[in-house]
Order: sequence, then structure tokens, then C-alpha cells
Amino acid sequence: MSAITPDPAHALTPSGNLARRLRVSLAIQGLAVSAAALAAAILFILVGFTVVKGIGALSWSFLTGNLPAATGQAGGIGPALVGTAELALMAGIISVILGVLTALFLTEFASPRVASPVRLMLDLLAGLPTILAGVFIYGLVVSRFGQSGIAAAIALAMVMTPLVARATLESLQRVPETWRDAASALGVSHWRTVLTVVLPGAASGITTAAILAVARGAGETAPLLFTSSLYGNGVQLNPMHALPNIPLEIYTLIETGYPQSVSMAWGAAFLLMATILLVNIGARILLRRGERKRGL
Amino acid sequence: MSSLLTSPPLPPTARDRTRRARLRRVDLRANRFLIALTWVGAIAVVVVMAAVAFQIIQGASQAINRFGPLFAFHSTWVPSLNKLGGLSFLFGSLITSLVALVFATALGVSIGLFLALLAPRAVANVLGPLVEMLAAIPSVVMGLIGIIIISPFSAHTLEPVFHAVLGWTGLFGAPPQNGSSLFTASLVLTIMVLPIISSLTRDIFRTVPIELRDGAEALGATRWEMIRGIVLPTTVSGITGACVLGFARAMGEAIAVTQVVGNASLIHANLFLPGTTIASAIANQFESPQNNLTLSGLYYLALVLLVIGVLTNLLSRRVVAHGARLA
Repeated sequence: MSAITPDPAHALTPSGNLARRLRVSLAIQGLAVSAAALAAAILFILVGFTVVKGIGALSWSFLTGNLPAATGQAGGIGPALVGTAELALMAGIISVILGVLTALFLTEFASPRVASPVRLMLDLLAGLPTILAGVFIYGLVVSRFGQSGIAAAIALAMVMTPLVARATLESLQRVPETWRDAASALGVSHWRTVLTVVLPGAASGITTAAILAVARGAGETAPLLFTSSLYGNGVQLNPMHALPNIPLEIYTLIETGYPQSVSMAWGAAFLLMATILLVNIGARILLRRGERKRGL
Repeated sequence: MSSLLTSPPLPPTARDRTRRARLRRVDLRANRFLIALTWVGAIAVVVVMAAVAFQIIQGASQAINRFGPLFAFHSTWVPSLNKLGGLSFLFGSLITSLVALVFATALGVSIGLFLALLAPRAVANVLGPLVEMLAAIPSVVMGLIGIIIISPFSAHTLEPVFHAVLGWTGLFGAPPQNGSSLFTASLVLTIMVLPIISSLTRDIFRTVPIELRDGAEALGATRWEMIRGIVLPTTVSGITGACVLGFARAMGEAIAVTQVVGNASLIHANLFLPGTTIASAIANQFESPQNNLTLSGLYYLALVLLVIGVLTNLLSRRVVAHGARLA
């Protein structure tokens, strides 16, 4: 084909710098390994410090007692635990419904021309700074009706919905196209296919998405800052009032600066972080097991 | 076996026909209902995003009328004199995010390379999720760790080193005693952005066809030459997209930054002095602004943040799509 014949002798002439090239390569591989080791070390240091500083603060009275009545006083975090659970539950319900519906719309029903703007909006919502969710709900709800658990849950749901939608989208796309075709070939109508073939096929992915989103929402502070920050120090279950919650309680405890408050903040931070990390690990295991079981 | 003995199927009776017609009607209605339901979800997402933009613009209208489009480039922020400008906040946001991005890109891309190309599967399967765990740490906990652990570490260990080596650039002045500084905020942001960049780049590096990599190695390239010559050029747009997303995340972070940045609306090149950011200004002042104009000014800052967020997001989509076309 080409007139140039390779000169074998030329290619085989040792350039003499092979040792140097290998050394450069090894050095750079070493850098990459140490970067990875550094990241793992950072994680262990952060978690380690939180465990060491936080575990001492834990006690039955800390977990169940009322919040400190005045800054710097002793107290517990019981009401904040209850409030965070309630907020995460409400926001979880809203975001799972909206997120799964949006993902179903994008994969099963929308034409490409409609899907692409919706996908764009979903991306923008996912990239929305969380503090802006708080600002938005403050202007929309709080400035008219005052702070409430419902307002806070909506703000949290704004952060969580795109997470649920994206993860659901991914697991819906992993459901083999052949399953849908098989259902159509058997004469199953579209909605039945979606509800009885596609959704169950993505069930473990959707469950994981929901769990991870709730874990993320439970730790968010910024959306709650203007929507659920003026709470009393006792248990509040009524979502029409501001609900005490762990992230903001940590935030205010640190701001006070009293040693006792800071040690309470560590206790609450340990509890929050441990829960979120364990839930994360659990959800990953669940996902892997669920997908392996169905051979995906 | 009995089924084999039954007579051949009879033509459908009238009752059968009505039953099937009813089923078809039910199917049709259920189909429409489900489609309508999913439309509701999709429309909710679009409407919420549009409403956020509308509401923030509306809140900012007073400040927009008064200060005009150059609001973001005036540095005075004196609410009592009705003189408001967003430059000190914008400056703090940009500088902390950029410094964090430099650190996080260097670390994150290396980690991505390690996880995708260098590490044995078993190691990558353990280390990858561990790095992603960093993203699961709530920002308020990062802030607490930032104040109590990273601030002193930064003030007493890192800052003297940077001052000694890079002090001549003017970016790294004499280390102050207090750790609240733009630099500490950058370190906290680095930790928060790192998992995003490393897991995105890892996934991108894994898409490089193995034939290309094997080809390079078969020609005698070392690992690094293979990465430098094959992997990085084919994935450069994906890496850029990942970095842009990381930058957007850093710009929008409010809580952890507020806790460590010191909240002084100053503009200076020295990273070791306290500063402030757009997000932390909103977090600090939004609920109790001194007057209506200040509230509107804060909405204006929120608008700046929103615009930057949307632009960076569009940019990263654009870059990634461009790269996908080339590949």
C-alpha cells in the first residue's frame, strides 16, 4: 500500500532513555496512588474525629431530653431527632412521588422533543444551590404563612426530587428493552407493562434512590435555615409549626461557642453522620444484591 | 391433558365481545391516566425551576432598578446607607471555589485515574465507594469539623508552609492566629467537591476503549505515556465537564463555608484573611435584613448565584455533549 517500508533496525535501536521513561511512569503512578490514599485518609480522619469527640456526649438523657432552654445550657436532642425524622419522611414522600413520575415520563412516555427540555430542567434543579431552595420557599410560603414543617419539607423535596429522578432514570434504563418488547408481544397494554414489568424491574434501584435521597435530605441545613429555624425546645409534631431538627440544632449549637454546646454539637453530628453513612452503605449493598438477583 | 380433548374454540359470544370492549376501554383510560400522572411530575419539575427564577427576579427587582446591572461589580455593602454592591461576595465565592477547584481537580483526576486504570478491581471496588462516602457527610458536620479541626490545622501547619514557599505571589500572606479564612473555606470545599470530580472522572476514564489502551501499550508506551497520549486527550471534555460541575457545587455551598470563612466583606488577595461568599451572605443576612432594600439586594445576590449556577450547568452539558460527538 504505502511505499514506505519500515526500517526494522531503526525501531529496534535502543533510545537509551527507557529507564527514565519507566521511572517517570512509576513516579506518576505513585502520585495517583498517594492521592487515593490521601482521600481515604481524609475520610478516616473526619469520621474518626467525629466518633472520638461525639461518642462521649451520647447518653440516654442526651438522646431523649429537651433541647437546651437557653444558649449554653445543658440539654438533649430528643425533639430534634423527632423533627428531623418527620421532615425527612414528608420530604421523602413528596420527592419519591415526583421523582419517580418524572423518571417514568422521561423513559416511558415522552417523545424526545418533550424529554430534552424536561431533562434540562431536571439538571438545573439538581444543580440549584440548596440555599436558593430555602430562599424560594421563604418567599413563596414563609413570608405569607410563617415558618412551618410543611414549608421546610417542600424545600427539602426540591433538593431531593432530582436525586430520586436521576437514580430512578438510571435504573429504568437498565431494565432490558426485551422485557418491554416481550410484554407488548403478549398484548399487554402500555400502562400494565409499566406498572407490572418495568417498575418491578427497577424496584431495587428506586428503593435505593429513595433511601439515599432521604439520607441526604436528613442532613441538609440550608433549605431549613429560613423555613424551620424558629422552634421551641420541646417536641413538636404539628407540621404547621416550625419543627426542631438536627442539622440546624448543630448549626446553632456551634454558633453559641460554649464548650458544653460544642460538645453537644459533636454528639449530634456523630449521630447524624453515623446514621447517614450506615444508611448509605446499607443502600449500596441492597442495590448490588437486588440487581444480582435479577441478573441485571 | 383435558385441554386437548375440548372442542375447537367457538366464535366469541356477545358477552365475550362486550367484556373485551370494556377491557379495552379500561386500558385506554388507565393509559391516559398514567400518562397524565407522569406529565404532572414532569411539569412540576419545570414549573418549580421557572418559579424559582421568577420569584428571585421579582424579589430583586427593587435592587435591580436602583443599582442596575453593575451591582455585582460595586464593592461597598453598607445597608444603613443604602449603598449595596455584590463585588466582595462575588469575589469571595469565586476565589474560594477556584482554589478548591485547583486542589480538587489535581487530587480528583489522580484518584479517577487510579480507580479506573491502575488499581486492581478489588481495591477499586473498596476505595471508590469510600471516596464517594465523603459526599455523604452533611455540610453542617463538615462545617463543624472545619471550625474545630481544619481551621487550626490550616492556620498552624499549612499556612506557614504556603507562606514560606509561595509567599512572594501575594496570595499567601503572613499566617494569622485565627483560622477563619478564605483558605480554610477552600480546604473545606475541596473535601466536598473531591468525591464529585473523582467519581465522575473515574466513570469517564472507564469509557476509553480498551483496544486503544492496549494498542498504546503494545507499541511500547509506558503506563504514563498511555495515559498522557490516549486517555487524557480522549476524555478532556469529560474532565472539564466534571470540573465545571464541581465548581458549581462549590459556588453554591452555604452552610459549611459560612462556618469557616469568617464573614468579613473584604476584598484582598491574601487568602489567609477572612472573607465572605454570596451563599454565606444570604445565609447570614436573609432572615433579618436591615431594610427592604437590603432584602432586595440579597435577592439580587441570589440571582447572581442562580445565573452562575445555570450557566455553569449549561456549560458542562455543552462540553460533555461536544466531547461525546468527537468520541
